[in-house]
Amino acid sequence: MKYAFFPGCVSKGACPELYQSVMQVYPRLGIELAEMTTASCTGAGVLQEKDPRLGDALNARTFALAEQQGLPIMTICSTCQGVMSQANHRLTTRPHYLQEMNDLLREEGLTYRGTTTIKHFLWILLEDVGEEALRQHITRPLSGLRAAPFYGCYIQRPTDALEFDRNPDRGKSLERIIEILGAEVVDFPGKTRCCGFPILTINKKNSLTMVATHTRDAQSHGADIMVTPCPLCHLNLDGMQTNAARQEQTSIDLPILHLPQLLGLAMGMDTKALGLNRNLISATSALQKIGVG
Amino acid sequence: MHTTLRIRRFNPEHDRPSSYYQEYDLEIDPSDSVLDGLIKIRETIDDSLTLRCSCRGAICGSCGMRINGHATLACKTKMISMASEGETIQVEPMNNMPVIKDLVTDMAPFWAKIRQIQPWLQPQGLPPTAEYTASPESMSHLSGVMSCIMCGVCVSDCTVLEVDKTFVGPAALAKAYRFVADPRDAATSQRLNFLNQPGGMWDCTRCMECIQVCPKGVGPMDRIMALRAKGLAEKVPSTCGSRHAEVFTDIIKHKGILDEPMLAIRTFGLKNIGRLLAMIPMVLQSLLKGKVPPLGPLHRPIQGIQHIQRLFKQVRITR
Repeated sequence: MKYAFFPGCVSKGACPELYQSVMQVYPRLGIELAEMTTASCTGAGVLQEKDPRLGDALNARTFALAEQQGLPIMTICSTCQGVMSQANHRLTTRPHYLQEMNDLLREEGLTYRGTTTIKHFLWILLEDVGEEALRQHITRPLSGLRAAPFYGCYIQRPTDALEFDRNPDRGKSLERIIEILGAEVVDFPGKTRCCGFPILTINKKNSLTMVATHTRDAQSHGADIMVTPCPLCHLNLDGMQTNAARQEQTSIDLPILHLPQLLGLAMGMDTKALGLNRNLISATSALQKIGVG
Repeated sequence: MHTTLRIRRFNPEHDRPSSYYQEYDLEIDPSDSVLDGLIKIRETIDDSLTLRCSCRGAICGSCGMRINGHATLACKTKMISMASEGETIQVEPMNNMPVIKDLVTDMAPFWAKIRQIQPWLQPQGLPPTAEYTASPESMSHLSGVMSCIMCGVCVSDCTVLEVDKTFVGPAALAKAYRFVADPRDAATSQRLNFLNQPGGMWDCTRCMECIQVCPKGVGPMDRIMALRAKGLAEKVPSTCGSRHAEVFTDIIKHKGILDEPMLAIRTFGLKNIGRLLAMIPMVLQSLLKGKVPPLGPLHRPIQGIQHIQRLFKQVRITR
């Protein structure tokens, strides 16, 4: 199981604990990674606001680089995954458009034939590592811990680009992982909604209302922690939770864990090794439930 | 096939009106739509059940409602696609609009938002003797957005409208794009300036709920993104929204990877002291927690940045 690893800007920037935790867990799962150091940002849907064709050209280049290595791409960010899946969907369903993008790539000596698959680490755990193998790595089942899933929009919609038709379990993959790790799934209405991060600099009030709504809802449904495969959601749900509570004049204290952090805990790893000390909302008291002090 | 419809009911004429759920057991044919099931309930079990429908063919847009948590047209949704034998299908009125009774919502706020964007052609000069014509080539790209049947499904599931009723919303923005991109319309600049205001095109979170639920493939969020691109091309007055897109693109052009601190500072602008100062507590907290990448908060350009910069140039030239 070897992948071209696309870490994304945020794991290399404002969420270093995500990169740190994925580095801890992947080697034990039989996964090999070749990090894509020459690939650019996906555009995150923001660059595409200015020029969608430019976004597709940058992503076509990334797909071609992975194709050249003969490797599928592994992402660790819902937004990177979604933006790349959408770009790949356009390129592989419109031959003329693919040709147009290849004309742009030619000077670098690259061609994209349309064969690269792009998979989030979340999907890789279930589809490639597999439930049975994953269970063998669990040395500290998270029994008693109540975990609320929070996906991030880009890994839920649009379902055609994310190939939910061919992989119908992807829509519930986070709940499945929580169960496999031994924790209890806390279902709540906001799990597939927007965290508000994309409008944080544009309409802070609305953005913080979304943070408060989802974290408070999850907590009122009994969650001890929330887990997300999206570092952008993490930046808002963790980083802005205190501000959101202040704005909404309420009290919220919900630790937000990156997916590999939760996985690492179930694999018996140390909290510091997983970067949990870097999360702004401390998980210390919640994790006492699983005997982690 | 046997199924149960769990329907959210509301009767404003009750002494203390509040919504509640009521379940109805049904024997259905595999080809039945949810609307067929609802009509069967109304005609054979409970004639107090209130719903709105007309064409039964996904054309009139009357039967928008939430089925198993997502808004859709009841006439276009097969029951067999929503539940297996013996399972329950949940049916609720659309979100983000007041409920009149049971599954019937008040569309008045929806239409008020559509009117806000002046959904009519505003050409310049003397009127022609016959129709305002345009070549098929110049209009064909609008066929998707012109498929909108104003059913309100996208508005129902909009994540921004859930928290802010002043947002103009996906249906109105898609309709605005239909006129902004119409070669015969001469009010592009006024329209874009209106949409550039708070509550307009920059307030969308890009959550794609509207794309997912639209029963006609209109793709409202894609139209909102196209409006933003047009706004940037037309150089609408600078806002945090427009600066965010411009600065993000500029950083990728120069480094290939995003510098988050620089994005925030340049998006707010050095004159926006209030927003910059408001960031300080979170920045300090992040620093104290060691939430800083090993090589510092600002990245060096990625290896091969010259190829990224060449792509920027080539895409512009070949546009």
